[in-house]
Amino acid sequence: MDVVDVARWQFGITTVYHFIFVPLTIGLAPLVAGMQTAWVITGKEHWYRLTKFFGKLFLINFALGVATGIVQEFQFGMGWSEYSRFVGDVFGAPLAMEALVAFFMESTFLGLWIFGWTKLPKKVHLACIWLVAIGVNASAYFIVAANSFMQHPVGARYNPDTGRAELYSIWEVITNVTTLAAFPHVVAGAFLTAGTFVAAIAGWWMVRKARQDAAGLEEARVMWRPVARMGLFVSLIAAVALIYTGDVQGKLMFEQQPMKMASAESLCHTETDPDFSILTVGTHNNCDSVDHLIEVPYVLPWLAKGEFSGVTLDGVKDLQEQYNEKFGPGDYRPNLFVTYWSFRAMIGFMAGSILLALAGFWFTRRGRVPDQKWFGWLSLLCLATPFLGNISGWVFTEMGRQPWVVVPNPTGDPNIRMTVQQGVSGVSAGTILTSLIVFTLLYGLLAVAWFYLMRRYVVNGPEPAHIEDDTPKMTGDSVEKLSFAY
Amino acid sequence: MTLQVFWFLLVAVLFIGYFALEGFDYGVGMLMPIIGRKSEVKRRVVLNTIGPVWDGNEVWLLTAGGAMFAAFPEWYASLFSGFYLALLLILVGLITRACAIEWRSKINDDRWRRWCDIGIGLGSWIPALAWGLAFANIVRGVRLNEKRQIEGTLFDLLNPYALLGGLTTLLLFLLHGAVFLSLKTANEVRDDAQRIVRALFVPTAAVVAVFGIWTQLSYGKGWTWIPLLLAVVGLVVAGFAATRGRDGWAFTGTAVTVVSATALLFGVLFPNVLPSTIDAAYSLTVDGRDGTVSASSTHYTLTVMSWVAVIMVPFVLLYQGWTYWVFRQRLTMEQIPDPIGLLMEKARD
Repeated sequence: MDVVDVARWQFGITTVYHFIFVPLTIGLAPLVAGMQTAWVITGKEHWYRLTKFFGKLFLINFALGVATGIVQEFQFGMGWSEYSRFVGDVFGAPLAMEALVAFFMESTFLGLWIFGWTKLPKKVHLACIWLVAIGVNASAYFIVAANSFMQHPVGARYNPDTGRAELYSIWEVITNVTTLAAFPHVVAGAFLTAGTFVAAIAGWWMVRKARQDAAGLEEARVMWRPVARMGLFVSLIAAVALIYTGDVQGKLMFEQQPMKMASAESLCHTETDPDFSILTVGTHNNCDSVDHLIEVPYVLPWLAKGEFSGVTLDGVKDLQEQYNEKFGPGDYRPNLFVTYWSFRAMIGFMAGSILLALAGFWFTRRGRVPDQKWFGWLSLLCLATPFLGNISGWVFTEMGRQPWVVVPNPTGDPNIRMTVQQGVSGVSAGTILTSLIVFTLLYGLLAVAWFYLMRRYVVNGPEPAHIEDDTPKMTGDSVEKLSFAY
Repeated sequence: MTLQVFWFLLVAVLFIGYFALEGFDYGVGMLMPIIGRKSEVKRRVVLNTIGPVWDGNEVWLLTAGGAMFAAFPEWYASLFSGFYLALLLILVGLITRACAIEWRSKINDDRWRRWCDIGIGLGSWIPALAWGLAFANIVRGVRLNEKRQIEGTLFDLLNPYALLGGLTTLLLFLLHGAVFLSLKTANEVRDDAQRIVRALFVPTAAVVAVFGIWTQLSYGKGWTWIPLLLAVVGLVVAGFAATRGRDGWAFTGTAVTVVSATALLFGVLFPNVLPSTIDAAYSLTVDGRDGTVSASSTHYTLTVMSWVAVIMVPFVLLYQGWTYWVFRQRLTMEQIPDPIGLLMEKARD
């Protein structure tokens, strides 16, 4: 088997797997911090219970995020050593900064937060979870900056003597226009995920409690309704931010990576004012086999340039010819089927969160507490959609840059470019296949455990108030039991 | 001092930090089933001595990897692709350990805990052995060819010197962990830990001394006698302090040994970062002296990264130090709360 194929499958599987858990961590940390802040300020016990409840889910998720993240730090050198040599001078910097600035902060202060409930003053303890929340978002910034360099290399020039890309401006790398567009998009996606997560779980519990008895109805009204609305509010804001940042990113991509956008639209031939494609059929990997079934005018020119007409967009076939002339013979087309459908899936899955937000706000309007069973089930159904949307988005952005691992910047140094074939390590396919099998099995096993734990703890619900009271601070007395122990 | 040398030192410091801190984490992980053979509460005491800090300790490794990538990309690329399967083993260990530690208490069930203990064990024994194996091979040199790729298989790493290196880190981390446990616990668990320190002390000292002298005689320079000597002194101090129940001094002793032993390895390696046994001209070095291959990034990148490191590292040391201060209390079995995990079988509502 081809080394490149195995290495690509491995990187794809491990990264997609990592990014199931990452957005929930990035979004949920600030939300849990928000709940704890509400408790510290208002002193209301239900915010304490909610902090503990969602905090537990956050920690179950965080563990797997960390575990799958360790692999990423080393996988560049293991599977993609030629790529690492070529861009290490530039790419290594944000990675090392991520560890120094963000990883240390989030891991250390999370330890303090988990074990510090009765050891630290209330406000210091609250500051810990906020530092975790800042840390996870900061780490996203650095890694997105590193990825954006691959999509749109800036701040570096090619040194023909060493054959490497060499950094000349770190400022240009961390303020890469691609980064500035991608980071808010990624964070908005993460907040959408966490907002939907909180709203869905709270929505399901709200219905369950409301149907129980009078006391349950009271709990639904006092505890679950506010937190459900908090989640809905966050996901609605995030949805608006996603649409806006997605539009900005789309316009950038038409400039920077026209091939990616042309294949996202299955736009095979260069056209002026092409229609936006909603549904196509065919094998898609071949421009000639694609039939456009449903199309909408005006949308695509707007997405590309912000104008309704007078826009000429290059098609896949013409771009392929242009690239052949520029970079020599080769196939410069991504997998058209995957780019086309992952783009649509990314946008389409947002409908889940928006549906939940609209339904949720309607059924909780003016102090109402829903008790319709179907609303509880709808909540859980929508819970999965932002995860699928996140994955689709990354599959689109990464598979859309194929065959490049460093996409040539149309207005930058054309020598800073590399195909995946050139970037892979000189190890045997069998070696990578071994690790691919090991990671897939291990990750599969851990995913089952993760899902089992999440489901058990969601269904179990928050601990009753009489156990988890506002714990008094103990110092000096060594016989006092720990507030938390593994 | 050139920036390249500064970054070599910084990578060394990051690995020193990693081994000094995760060294006792691995030791604790390895000792958990031994000390807690008969008692779940004891197992929990042992595990919770590293509870709040193990994740932060592990970041030292991630940062060391990131620093290698940023400052010496050639080193990062050649080493990690060349040691592919060895690194895979370490990664499998670290993945299972992270999940096992964090998830162990989530389900109140003996079988669940047993599986988690296996995960913690894998994640402690494998890296404790594998890092010594890897570093001994780096010092010894590898079959690095003109394409900067390491030839050979996983079994080439299993030479006598490297196996001794693996045994050295394994025993050293065990001892370091046992000493850490006697410092961090009280009563029964502390007694158990001190018994283990006494049992481990002589074999560990012997293996460390043999490996250290072998390293020094085969690859050493004049000044690397100093870290070797310090490593031995650290062990002797640790041994004496442990017999007198001076846990703080004993821990200082083993910490000095771990730090010095790592410094010795990096010291004998310099100015190479990855020596080639095929041809000295293929060796990767910090700055490409004598016609060798420079592994380093450009001056500009090193300058930028130096600023980041100089600003951030003090903060990291400060807040990690504070964490250790907050959780400085000794743990006892009485302090361990009842298990709060859910039951394995779903209870009927």
